[in-house]
Amino acid sequence: MRPSLRTTLFLAPATAWLIAMLVLPLVVVVVFSFGERGAAGGYVPAFTFDNYFNLGARWAAFRNTLTLAPLGTVLCLLIAYPLAYFLAQKADPRWRTALLILVIVPFWTSILIRSYAWIQILGGNGLPRLIGELGFDRPRFINTPFAVMVGIVYGYLPLMVFPIYVALEKLDRRLLEASSDLGSPPWRTFLQVTLPLSLAGVATGSMLVFILLMGEFLIPQLLGGGKVFFVGNALVDLFLQSRNWPFGAAMAATLVLVMLVTVSLYLRSLRRLSGGRDDVALM
Amino acid sequence: MTDNNGTISAKEFLERLESYRKGSISRRHFLGVTGLGLATSVLAGAMPGLASRARAAGNIGDRVVIATWPNYHDPADFEAFKAATGCAVDMNVFGSNEEMLAKLQAGGTGWDVVVATNYTITTYAGEKIIEEIDLSRLPNYDKSATDPRFAGPGIIDGKTYAIPRNVGTTGFCLNTADFTGTRPTSWKEFWDLTKGELSGRSIVHDYQLTAIGNALKYFGYSFNSVDPKELEDAEKLLIEAKPHLFAITSDYQPPMRSGDATMSMCWTGDATQLHRDMPEIVYILGKEGGEIWSDFFTIPASAPHKDAAYALIDFLLEPNLAAKEAQFHGYATGDSRVDALLPAEMRESEILYPAAELLNALEFGAAVTMTNPQRAEILARFKSA
Repeated sequence: MRPSLRTTLFLAPATAWLIAMLVLPLVVVVVFSFGERGAAGGYVPAFTFDNYFNLGARWAAFRNTLTLAPLGTVLCLLIAYPLAYFLAQKADPRWRTALLILVIVPFWTSILIRSYAWIQILGGNGLPRLIGELGFDRPRFINTPFAVMVGIVYGYLPLMVFPIYVALEKLDRRLLEASSDLGSPPWRTFLQVTLPLSLAGVATGSMLVFILLMGEFLIPQLLGGGKVFFVGNALVDLFLQSRNWPFGAAMAATLVLVMLVTVSLYLRSLRRLSGGRDDVALM
Repeated sequence: MTDNNGTISAKEFLERLESYRKGSISRRHFLGVTGLGLATSVLAGAMPGLASRARAAGNIGDRVVIATWPNYHDPADFEAFKAATGCAVDMNVFGSNEEMLAKLQAGGTGWDVVVATNYTITTYAGEKIIEEIDLSRLPNYDKSATDPRFAGPGIIDGKTYAIPRNVGTTGFCLNTADFTGTRPTSWKEFWDLTKGELSGRSIVHDYQLTAIGNALKYFGYSFNSVDPKELEDAEKLLIEAKPHLFAITSDYQPPMRSGDATMSMCWTGDATQLHRDMPEIVYILGKEGGEIWSDFFTIPASAPHKDAAYALIDFLLEPNLAAKEAQFHGYATGDSRVDALLPAEMRESEILYPAAELLNALEFGAAVTMTNPQRAEILARFKSA
């Protein structure tokens, strides 16, 4: 068997899967996005750009998503990086596995249940009450962007920790020694050696978190009380309440497009930052 | 929590459900979210010994799926149904009729019984989503015992498409311990308090019919208006009120119970349940009017287990059982045989049976509101504002 034929054969299942589960549905979404809503809802074939012109009516959802998703990603990164650094470089190797498992433990419980826990903690009888009893004004947490952000950072943190940990863990310690021998203070070694070499992990972690966050609807729904609205929530509404499939399709297609643009801009700037190395752009 | 593989016993499931409730992890919220109706298989598995009895009673299969509302059935009654017939009841719970319609339009629901509200029946029948009911298969249904006002919407051109289940109203509940001012009596006051004194403590349904309908009442328009100009006014009010809301949700029991919210749009049954546990929570019907409704059992044309569907509906219509259910969910049934069996405190409840002058102002939801694109879009815009 010729190698190329063999390659083709091996790739056939994945290709078939991608075509059936990604390409075809995307085509359907795009076709639907030019249609019209049926009298009782659903889809009626048509060719109109109205759905796209109407997107402005959901500007708030796009604005929330496009501010809270990057913000959530950055917060996750700021918290995850020191943690991953500690785990990979500073933690006692005997404890490392146990500590890593602790990072995954929350995944053993459904995000739904954990979000409900946050509803209790952030709700009026949780933290606000505690703060009130300490003599301060009772703050309001639940159903605010703050609550949503807490839920996001909490839920997505492990996804950021692991790729960064992997990148830092395989870091060649001799490079750090060399840097130090050549007279660099620790902060410079970090900035010039450690950080650039861990950028691949940062890129992977950020992509994972950001892309998933752009489609998030559960956390805003639970911790935002229907007041902090993401594109995902708008899509759920359009398909499951208003039954306006064409408008929903236009919105979904736009979200995919926005995501492609943001992600490629991000990767491009990251590659520039790392001096054109290719591995940073690879996920 | 969802478990369709039959490894969880009914008892265990109920215990878990109870513990979720105690932790205020509300089923409605939970289901609304995953949900979007996917929700709960109630009494799966367990009790294999009973299955043989079912065969003796005429085989209706081992499974029936009902799409219904939260806090609406006593799970023990489904257990009793299974014990009697060997047929387990799977329950899918929804927050609005529009969500049910969306699923039914997408197809492949596998639902055998759908509990639908009056204003949906003509659309469901017109789209051939539900089929005519064979009354001969429901010996426990007695049309003459049912108030024609409530049974009427289920009958189209003399054909019965739907059997009445519960009747109720949509008003608002208020925690009088947290609000000591003059008790409001109108929707005008509901919205003014929301934007004023109760800012941040008020809840509006995540449901086009009532959220928009009760905003229309602020201006004295019809609850069912589809007049573009009037709907624009309602939308303006909703968007103005939005920053002052605690939440937009049909799952208002948990925040009302925890004290996070002081006032919420509210259905009869939730009002009964809240008032029962917290007497300081009262139920108010806006004097300008608002909604009166009746819910119905319907059978989708696509139902895979029709025999079981008829068996379940007939089982739930039996007056003694229906009276027991009513005490659980706190709605009136509109069936005089059931009313006669209710305890006095329920029959005298002003929540269930409001004063005539308040009732007279109420309107049944109109079919046009369900399919009106402007109403659907207004609710969606309100939420994404």
